[in-house]
Amino acid sequence: MSKASALMGARSDGATMVEEMGLRGMITVKGDLSDIDLKNAVTGTSGLDFPAQRQISTVEERALAWMAPDELLLLCPHDEADQMVATISRHLAGQFATVINVSDARAMFRVSGPDAREVLAKLAPVDLHPDSFGPGEMRRTRLAQVAAAIWQSDDDEFLVVCFRSVAQYVFDILSLSAQDGSDVGYF
Amino acid sequence: MSTRLSSGGRLVNRSATCEFTFNGKRFTGFEGDTLASALLANGQTLMGRSFKYHRPRGVVASGAEEPNALMGIGKDGKFEPNQRATTAELFDGMQATTQNHWPSLELDVGAVNSALPRFLPAGFYYKTFMFPRPFWKHVFEPVIRKSAGLGKAPKDRDVDRYEHFYAFVDVLIVGGGIAGLQAALTAGASGARVLLVEQTAAWGGRAAVDGVEIDGQAAGEWINNTIQELKNMSNVRIRTRAMGAGVYDHGYSLVYERLTDHAPETGGPRHRLWRVRATQIITATGAIERPLSFAGNDIPGVMLASAVRDYVVNWGVSPGDRTVVVTNNDDAYRTALALLDAGLSVPAIIDARADVTGDLPQALRARGVDIRTGTGIATVKGGKTVAGVSVCAQAGEGAATDEIACDVVAMSGGWSPVVHLWSHCGGKLIWDEDHAHFRPDPDRAPVTHDGTAFVRTAGAAHGTMSTLDVLDSAAKSAIAAVEAAGFKATQHDLPLTNDVVEAPMSPVWMMPQGAGPAKRMKMWLDYQNDVKVSDVMLAAQEGYESVEHTKRYTTLGMATDQGKLSNINGLATLAIALNEDIPQVGTTTFRPPYTPISMGSIAGEARHDVFQPIRRTPIHEWHEAHGAYMEPVGQWRRPYCYPRNGESHDDAVAREVLATRQSLGLLDASTLGKIIVKGPDAAKFLDMLYTNMMSSLKPGKCRYGLMCNENGFLMDDGVVVRLDDETFLVHTTSGGAEHTHGHMEDWLQCEWWDWKVHTVNVTEQWAQIAVVGPNARKLLEKLGADFDLSAEGLPFMGWSEGKLGGFDARVFRISFSGELSYEIAVPASQGRVFWDALHAEGAEFNATAYGTEALHIMRAEKGFIMIGDETDGTVIPQDLGLGWAISKKKEDYLGKRAQERSHMTDPKRWKLVGLETLDGSVLPDGSYAVADGTNANGQGNTQGRVTSTYHSPTLGKGIAMGLVLNGPDRMGETIQFNKVDGSTVATKIVNPVFYDPEGEKQNV
Amino acid sequence: MLILECPYCGVTADETELAAGGEAHLKRFGPGSSDEEFEGYLFHRQNPKGVHFERWRHANGCGKWFHAARCTASLEVFATYTAQIAEPPAEVIAAIRAKRPDWSPE
Repeated sequence: MSKASALMGARSDGATMVEEMGLRGMITVKGDLSDIDLKNAVTGTSGLDFPAQRQISTVEERALAWMAPDELLLLCPHDEADQMVATISRHLAGQFATVINVSDARAMFRVSGPDAREVLAKLAPVDLHPDSFGPGEMRRTRLAQVAAAIWQSDDDEFLVVCFRSVAQYVFDILSLSAQDGSDVGYF
Repeated sequence: MSTRLSSGGRLVNRSATCEFTFNGKRFTGFEGDTLASALLANGQTLMGRSFKYHRPRGVVASGAEEPNALMGIGKDGKFEPNQRATTAELFDGMQATTQNHWPSLELDVGAVNSALPRFLPAGFYYKTFMFPRPFWKHVFEPVIRKSAGLGKAPKDRDVDRYEHFYAFVDVLIVGGGIAGLQAALTAGASGARVLLVEQTAAWGGRAAVDGVEIDGQAAGEWINNTIQELKNMSNVRIRTRAMGAGVYDHGYSLVYERLTDHAPETGGPRHRLWRVRATQIITATGAIERPLSFAGNDIPGVMLASAVRDYVVNWGVSPGDRTVVVTNNDDAYRTALALLDAGLSVPAIIDARADVTGDLPQALRARGVDIRTGTGIATVKGGKTVAGVSVCAQAGEGAATDEIACDVVAMSGGWSPVVHLWSHCGGKLIWDEDHAHFRPDPDRAPVTHDGTAFVRTAGAAHGTMSTLDVLDSAAKSAIAAVEAAGFKATQHDLPLTNDVVEAPMSPVWMMPQGAGPAKRMKMWLDYQNDVKVSDVMLAAQEGYESVEHTKRYTTLGMATDQGKLSNINGLATLAIALNEDIPQVGTTTFRPPYTPISMGSIAGEARHDVFQPIRRTPIHEWHEAHGAYMEPVGQWRRPYCYPRNGESHDDAVAREVLATRQSLGLLDASTLGKIIVKGPDAAKFLDMLYTNMMSSLKPGKCRYGLMCNENGFLMDDGVVVRLDDETFLVHTTSGGAEHTHGHMEDWLQCEWWDWKVHTVNVTEQWAQIAVVGPNARKLLEKLGADFDLSAEGLPFMGWSEGKLGGFDARVFRISFSGELSYEIAVPASQGRVFWDALHAEGAEFNATAYGTEALHIMRAEKGFIMIGDETDGTVIPQDLGLGWAISKKKEDYLGKRAQERSHMTDPKRWKLVGLETLDGSVLPDGSYAVADGTNANGQGNTQGRVTSTYHSPTLGKGIAMGLVLNGPDRMGETIQFNKVDGSTVATKIVNPVFYDPEGEKQNV
Repeated sequence: MLILECPYCGVTADETELAAGGEAHLKRFGPGSSDEEFEGYLFHRQNPKGVHFERWRHANGCGKWFHAARCTASLEVFATYTAQIAEPPAEVIAAIRAKRPDWSPE
């Protein structure tokens, strides 16, 4: 059966491009992040380093992000998510921890091009100056009127995660902000 | 007559002409002109009409402080009223129109007001239109409304685009004059992140016009060199056409950047509102020259002395052939010099001071100019243009000694620092006797989050006037700012400047000092709102002592220029009238923005489709493709109904209800909130959250629950599902998921933080579809499941999960319609395909998509409450006959204590009943049940109200629910409900369950 | 437009990332409490010009509630601290006293 992401890979044209990235596996893990069993279960299953406060560690399609003092987000290929949930849950059986597949509750975007940083700075009340915000940091904030998480994935590339229901809104405000002729020339 | 000079104009490019129209007339200007300078260059001195008296007005100033020359610029979707001609940059094809006159600028009928000023003094409206009372509504208000307002609001939708930009800097410097440039140089050298913004298109402020030299360089050269130096600093950003609009708490500030106003055919956003968070802010906002109060000071041709020399030096424009300068200070002599240098005539300089000895006056004397000391203007002669001035002794009452013919009067009453941005966030002012102005008090600066000062001032905004002091104050403020921001400053050597010795100014608040009432009635303080010296004095005489009250009574400073010219003169006049000192009277409050900013820039991207986020379910596109009429439910858009082939909404709703009740309906219920509550204490937590017992719910089962806040009022409801011992799935209302999740987290984080419970909002993980109607099970069986779908295997209020027709499904057998009903959740990525499959397989059962209105009707037919209809934040479960859902065994739950309060247990609380009109009609929404007698206000008493009312297609008549006094005890009684037309409708109180009261349909 | 440092994720958050939650350190009164106690809990709030303890949530962020000690007049922020505490910790009291020597906790 065909599975559909929120916007089916929509993309906008222009020097700075906005693309919906299709379905991505996402798993919320809640628990005591200082607990060694939890750390082992998550890093062992994903093969990713455990992130420090507000950090995200990435290896190809997989990433592990610190979301709150008791919460992680694990990203993986969409069809691996259920298996990952099952594996981590098995490791944490009997412990006070919650592992939930939230893949379909989210949408994910790539903003790439020379003005990608500025596009986000038009929408998020966050200091995105390269001296203040660089690769490895995951920032939960708002984009205009909705909650989102953003991080830098490459030199001129940022990734955005938001709720699936507002995917069209986020795509629209990103595309609008990325329109040619609206570069700020600030960073 | 004003005209373009044959040479000069440092800002205009004489090789690039711009054609533009003014009230339809074709004019020519140059690139670099403002609309005001181009109009003057074309001999157009009449630029507008005043608000109250429709007096003819010309341009007074050359910048943001201009009160008179307000115009509508552009047309259709690019039209904007009330733009200042002095700040509007000319472009080829500009269309400008004057405003506030009829039928034309030259001939304005409204000017009759001007002939009757004695009948329109301060407070005229308050005094005149009080009685007789009906006259206000029928006579006065319509007339006043017709003449109210300045420019006309645009008729067309704005075609431009706007955006925001968030910038975080160590130092924000507002103002790109030499003070701001020096501050940026000094701050930039420390390595701090610096943003320098200038409201005009040109750097350098007044320095070049005033002939300033720094370190042997002419101002223009120094400015260019400095700009180059700043551009070479990687940590410094500089922007022109960017106005510091406001300073707010904790270093937040707004910068209003006008990107394409000067070139409207360019692509990209028109305005960008910078939302800057600055650790430190330096205001280098300069100073504004004050007018002088003499009779006839509003006649076109009377201008600020600084503006006159700006037009000559910056734009190569002569405001007139013969200019009389009137002043109380030395600076205005620079205007006389500039005029002479341009070959124009200065017949006299009228100086209110008895002693005039500074370097500048001496230079003028040397050039043979007639300097009249100790004198003032008795009155300005002329109507639509200045014809001359009569001169008098400043010390006297205004007896004219002689007349001087002229067509321009250049006035200077001294300079007031622009303290607006300093004051926006609480910076205090001190009165400076030497310069007769308020300036920032550095000891009482605005403070930021750590309690330290975050705004500093530089240059004329600081109150300093000489070039040397301006640069010195800028460097010192920059050093203090970067050090406060944690950087190490490099010391700055003071430059060499060409300052001359200026003699002290002498405050002049009225000219002549002893002017009588007739003259005071012709001395304008606020040009835009037509407030005169006589009005402020009258206000004082009538007992207005506070400057804030006087402002509102006279409207002084309340126009779109917010009193940039009139403020100090006005309060000085008030002080004199009250016989008090100026600092005692104080200033009115400075509020952002500094000058008006566009509504578009405030909205930013939030317009049209993205005005607000619209939430879409995975099935949204199907709804749109099938003609759904959508309604907002929170930020969601849900189908209200799906009209087919020109059906009315009512017909579509009726069809959807009947199809569902008779065979099979499908509802996209994906918007329902879904929250996972998990942990060893999850059951205990839900027992606190819900009024009923949730800990006794068995895995595999569902239970309807009510959630109240601590006030005891119903907040949300929904079905709770126990997934396993430690895991619950909580369903909330569509609009209530985020709020309910926040409510849970609040109690878990802030009250019961030792309870082991996790919550995760999984609302959007699942597409949820209600399969409803007598054929619901047949459809599921047709799809095929790897779990038991039988009535016994999946009983009412049970749930199962597994593969259903190849989909990963969780099936809840719950009903909000009274029919055999399943709510089926599949992962959102499978939602649309699943929905399509249900329609395809359900075709043989006439599977019909239904919307929220059919949902509402079916639940009302069953007497089920709806949060937001039966509840409004004042209703408790006990009011709704939901006592069965309130646990008596629990010691505590949120809202329990509140529900024990005397008012909550009052037997007279209105209670839920069903309502049926005797004639079968549908009760009006919001209708009240009338009772005998009247209340203390003479209004009719009431005994109940309608909460839900519909036409029931199933029963073929109107049905309703409502809250009625002693309602449940009055079954069968007939009471009257009011209608919009004033009549009433006889209505019987009945059981709220209208359909299948035994519940036979859902239990099959 | 305040900025407050979220003690949980360490972000210096713009006010638009936050949601205000009113007065902090209310003691809950449930069933069995007197009318006076319950009235105080439900309705009575401080409204000082000066030092105030407040609840804030990093709503567009890590989602955590926290406490802030703040001056309502100058908007000075003395401290932000954990939500899992029934009264202001000693170091917060000390931080306030350092800047407002005349102030004392009730």
